[in-house]
Amino acid sequence: MQIGGILAYLVSFAIMATIYAVFSLGLNIQWGYTGLFNIGIAGFFAIGAYMSSLITMPKPSGTYAEYVDVLFALNLPFPIGLLGAGVVCGIIAYLIGIPTLKLGEDYLAIATIGIAETVRLIFNNEQWLANGPRGLAGLPQPLSGLVEARFYNYIYLMIVILILVILYLATERAIRSPWGRVLRAIREDEVSASMSGKKISSFKMQAFVFGAMVMGIGGALYAHYTKAISPDVFTPLYGTFIIWVMVIAGGSGNNKGVILGAFVVWAIWIGTQFITNFLPYTLKARAPYIRFLIIGILLEIILLYRPRGLLGEEKAVSRMME
Amino acid sequence: MLELFMYGIVLGSIISLGAIGITLVYGILRFGNFAHGDLMTTGAYIAFFFVTGPLNWVGIPDNMFGPFSFGWRMVIAFPLSMLSVGGVAILLDRILYQTLRNKEAGRVTLSMSALGASFIIRMGVLLIWGADYKFYKPGLIRPALELPAGIKIRPDQILILIVVAILVTAVHLFLKKSRMGKAMRATSDNMELARLSGIEIQKVIYYTWGIGGALAAAAGVLYGIDVQLHPGMGWNFLIPLFAAAILGGLGNVYGALVGGLVIGVVQQMSTAVLLPTYKPAVAFIIMIVLLLIRPQGIFGRSSR
Amino acid sequence: MNECWRPIWVDRTDNYILKVEDITVGYSKIDILHGVDLLLRKGEIVSIIGPNGAGKSTLLKTIFGLLKPRKGNVFLQDRDITGEKPERLVRRGISYVPQVENVFSSLTIQENLEMGAFTRTDDFSGRIEEIYELFPVLGERRNQRVGNLSGGQHQMVAMSRALMLDPQVLLLDEPSAGLAPKFVSMIFERIIDINKTGVSLILVEQNAREALNMAHRGYVLTTGRNVLDGEAKALLANEEIGRLYLGG
Repeated sequence: MQIGGILAYLVSFAIMATIYAVFSLGLNIQWGYTGLFNIGIAGFFAIGAYMSSLITMPKPSGTYAEYVDVLFALNLPFPIGLLGAGVVCGIIAYLIGIPTLKLGEDYLAIATIGIAETVRLIFNNEQWLANGPRGLAGLPQPLSGLVEARFYNYIYLMIVILILVILYLATERAIRSPWGRVLRAIREDEVSASMSGKKISSFKMQAFVFGAMVMGIGGALYAHYTKAISPDVFTPLYGTFIIWVMVIAGGSGNNKGVILGAFVVWAIWIGTQFITNFLPYTLKARAPYIRFLIIGILLEIILLYRPRGLLGEEKAVSRMME
Repeated sequence: MLELFMYGIVLGSIISLGAIGITLVYGILRFGNFAHGDLMTTGAYIAFFFVTGPLNWVGIPDNMFGPFSFGWRMVIAFPLSMLSVGGVAILLDRILYQTLRNKEAGRVTLSMSALGASFIIRMGVLLIWGADYKFYKPGLIRPALELPAGIKIRPDQILILIVVAILVTAVHLFLKKSRMGKAMRATSDNMELARLSGIEIQKVIYYTWGIGGALAAAAGVLYGIDVQLHPGMGWNFLIPLFAAAILGGLGNVYGALVGGLVIGVVQQMSTAVLLPTYKPAVAFIIMIVLLLIRPQGIFGRSSR
Repeated sequence: MNECWRPIWVDRTDNYILKVEDITVGYSKIDILHGVDLLLRKGEIVSIIGPNGAGKSTLLKTIFGLLKPRKGNVFLQDRDITGEKPERLVRRGISYVPQVENVFSSLTIQENLEMGAFTRTDDFSGRIEEIYELFPVLGERRNQRVGNLSGGQHQMVAMSRALMLDPQVLLLDEPSAGLAPKFVSMIFERIIDINKTGVSLILVEQNAREALNMAHRGYVLTTGRNVLDGEAKALLANEEIGRLYLGG
């Protein structure tokens, strides 16, 4: 196999891993640091992806317009798409958070499952919103004119890495601040944290919104990489569960850990593709199921035998607690 | 409208079976089993396996009873499936949840493991049977009976109501009259005192999972008879199941029964204005509203 | 008041049914009890009194195996039962009534008793009738949910549940706690009735005067240590005890 081919493969691997690392950061803020049990990541994933698409899409024209039905299409540049994705996710997180954040852990979990499913149902059934089950295609890519199409991924990789670094630094900054300390206190023991006099509910909301915005940006990055999205991308498996596996595998409560977790789990996911390539032809169609089965079993093994993940919680953060 | 209501009761009775399982487990282990929906799926598909597999090979006849859509095979497969899933549920607890409990894992770890288990089960079903919709008896035309007041209802559905009634009554009698059933209620009420009184908590836990799993299997098979089988069927029920259990008060078996019926009816009546695919969303909205205004459910928790 | 009396019956310890020897126990790093001794003879009522936080409840929990002592032993007649789990002790003839959450509120009186007898394999309906003779009020309401009962009846159910196994030793943690005065004396009368059927009792009580009134012997615990013990009448007459613990 030629170097060019291998390199291209590695680049696409890196792009997806980085995008999932962004999601993992978002979940880490909500769960790793604040203890919010969000099983509805797929909802924010979808909203971010759709928002950015709709903002950056050119208005469908000509015969194309007959097949595509969207609420709006603003043809604005990529950064605005990202921003829009983050902001809208933040707003929606805020609205969702008002009723659900005061619920206990278990209840929040089932509520977020419901939200993600509802979001998917809405995008799937309300044609006027974003073309229903057919989804959106031909999404614009930033700086696409700069190089030949076959080299574009290198550019995109740099863009997503840049964004990951920015988000990582922002998150690290936030976590080490007094604000971050309160979050950790909430995760450890909400009752004593609330006795410190600070308004716990607003901190939880801030963490929830912040995490959701990060997830929204991840969704946007995903959309512009794959150039096409539809509701069946944002399933509980692909859009929520795998991110949880990444965060747990890497070490929740540790930003470096969850990024590492994203890369490792994505590598395993891609790796399973190689395994299933050896399957007899009759089973090939069922390959994704085997791959997800492996991921699922991987999670259970981690939970049973190494729940702290690869890097575990940050010592610096736990020191903060003393 | 009345027809929607009637079907809502049928659907609701299926939801009740699952919700009772969820509430029983929660009452004793204080744990929301996210894999419960997929236990329903397991039950449905195990019955499918028996009907199309061993019972077929052994030569049990395939004819249907009268107006119903099933025959002797299902009659045998139904209890077999309930038994199997009861066993699967006990195994699931033993291998996964119990091990985590012994390691003093947090609630979130337990819930995550349940989620993982649900995906593993679903992938397993997809692997073995594929993603297509399946029917216990393919190619059937299922005529509806017409009852007074012009309600159309299929004979299958009347039977579903009867079966659910029988199962719920059996559970009720078990909990009320049998020694183990009382021990289960006692443990749900006050586990520490149950331990102090010498009640074997481990046995109680096994019975709880066994009954919960068996009821989930029954729900899955009944749904499969009424509608169809597909690998995601249980997951789609997860939110209605939890909504029903919460509505009735977690830990309260009779509450789960009523909760299931209510959720079923509301879901079904909502199809008058919404697309049927939105039914889980309807259950979800009900649940959120409930959690906001009365989190202990209509009937309140069974204890503590 | 800091003399340490050594019990006068140390020579007659062969007659005991329960012996607690030099128990040191606590939660995580903090010890609650420091080298505590106690003796219960067959057929006795022993009351443990002392200020809040003295470790009285902790002592009962240690005897019943809810806590494992760092040092010391508990003997049931000549058998060392130190640290044995409650589920085993229940079968050995020791029953325990906690101070709170001591009934199954969503079950009926009858069902509470049946649960008390869970480990029995014989027909215990006779025992149930005996209990109802001891507590007629419960017999009248046997099918009522315990959650609906008054405080006094609540406590009676709690004790009855523990009696279903025909225990030799009954440990009661503050049986009169939270009860209206009229129920307090009723509960204490019932405790004496229970004792008359042959059950030896250890009682932890805030209500020191009453506790000593009905006991044969008493122990005074302060900050986890034996301070004084002796015949209950002697303790009652003791001026220091009277001043410190008996109110007046």
